[in-house]
Amino acid sequence: MSKYHISTTINGEPAEFLCEAQQTLLDVLRDELHLTGSKEGCSSGDCGACSVTVDGRLVCSCLMLAVEAEGHSIETIEGMAQGQDLHPLQRKFLEHAALQCGFCTPGVLVAAKALLDRNPNPTETETRYWLAGNLCRCTGYDKIIRAVLDAAAELRGA
Amino acid sequence: MLSYTAPSTVEEAVRILAGASGPAKVLSGGTDLLVQLRSGRAKPDLIVDIKNISGISDIREQDGVFIIGAATPGAVIGECEALRQAWPGVVEAAKLIGSTQVQGRASLAGNLCNASPAADSVPALIAARATCVVAGAKGRREVPVESIPTGPGRTCLRPDEFIVEFHLPKRPPHSADTYLRFIPRTEMDIAVVGVGVSVTLDTRGVCTEASVVLGAVAPTAILVPEAAAALVGHNCDETALSELEQAARRACKPINDKRGTIEYRTKVAGVMARRAAVIAYERAEERR
Repeated sequence: MSKYHISTTINGEPAEFLCEAQQTLLDVLRDELHLTGSKEGCSSGDCGACSVTVDGRLVCSCLMLAVEAEGHSIETIEGMAQGQDLHPLQRKFLEHAALQCGFCTPGVLVAAKALLDRNPNPTETETRYWLAGNLCRCTGYDKIIRAVLDAAAELRGA
Repeated sequence: MLSYTAPSTVEEAVRILAGASGPAKVLSGGTDLLVQLRSGRAKPDLIVDIKNISGISDIREQDGVFIIGAATPGAVIGECEALRQAWPGVVEAAKLIGSTQVQGRASLAGNLCNASPAADSVPALIAARATCVVAGAKGRREVPVESIPTGPGRTCLRPDEFIVEFHLPKRPPHSADTYLRFIPRTEMDIAVVGVGVSVTLDTRGVCTEASVVLGAVAPTAILVPEAAAALVGHNCDETALSELEQAARRACKPINDKRGTIEYRTKVAGVMARRAAVIAYERAEERR
C-alpha cells in the first residue's frame, strides 16, 4: 500500500513522516513520532484532549488528517517547556493543583497557551468559553481557570 | 483503500471529482467528515482536500459584496471586523459552531454540505440572501444557499461539484441581521431551534425588507416569507412581533427527539423569532 510522505514542522523542528490517507494527525503524533503527550479521548472533536496548534490555530488533532499537515507548523504539549524549565502555565497548574488524573491536562495547557498568546489579559468568562472544548472529569474546572488566570497575570508581569 | 489529493486549482479539483472511479468526498475543515470517516458513515475511496486552492480560505470585499471562501474557518470569520460590521448575524452564527478547536477548522461550506437541519450558519446565510458559487464539470453556477440542502445529510450537489465561495450581497443603509439559537446549556451544543433574521429600515425606522429563517424545525432550514411579511411596513411594534411569532410557529415541521418535542420546538421557534427580530431591529436602528 502506498504511503504519503509529509514534510512539516513540529515544535520548531523540521519533521518528516510517512502516513496513510486515513491516519489522523493524532495517530501519527502518537504512534509514528512517539509524541504521546497529546491524548486520544473521544476521537470526535468533543473533548479537546488531543489539542495542538497548526500555524498558531488551536485544533483537535483527531479531526485533522496527517496528510493535511504538509507544509504546516504544528505545536504540541512537548514543545511547551523549555528543557527543564516549565512554562508558567505548567507551573501554575502544579501550584493550583489544577489536575488530578492528568489525562486532559496536555490539551488544556495547549489550549490555554493559544488563548494567552492571543489575549494576555482574558476575563474569567472569556477563559471559560475558550476552554469549553476541553473536558475535564476530575477538577470541576475551577482550579484550571484560576491557574490559567494566575499564569496570565504572571506572564503580564503583574 | 483510501487515497488523498490536494489540488491547487478549482479546475483541477473538478477534473479529479468528475474522473473519480469510486465515491469521493470533498474535504475543507474536516470537523464533520473525519467523524463520519471514523464511524463508517462516510466510506469514500478518495478525499479531495480543497484547502490548497488559492483564496479558498480567505474573505474579501468587492464593491460592498463580501466573498467568503468555502474553506474559511470560523475563527477567521470571527476575526474579520469589516464582515462583523456588515453582517453581525452571519458572523455570530459561524462563531457558534463547535469549540475553539472546531472553530480553527470548521467552514461554512462544510456546515452547509453536512446538511444537518440544525447547522448554525445556514439560517443566518439564508436570511442574508447569500449565494454560493458551485464549480463542476459543466462550469460554475451561482445558487441561493437554501437550494443546496435537500434533506438531512443530503445536498443537490452532483458528484463532480463543490462549493467554491459564498457571496453576501451589498447592504442597503440601516440594515442588520442576527442569529439566535436555543440550546439547554450555555455553550457546545446543537440547536433545538435556530433563527436568522435580517432587516432593512427606512429613514423613519420602518422596516422595508426582511427575511426570517428557521433552523432545526424541519428537514432543512426554512425561509418563512409570512414571518418576514409581518415585519415589513412596521416599526417592530407588538402587532408585527406577535404576527411574526405566529407565522414562525405555523411554518415549523419539527420532529420529536432527545433535544425537544414537536410542541416544545414549535413554541420556542416563535419566541426565538421574536427575540431575533428585536435584536436585528435594534442593530439596524443603531445604524440609522
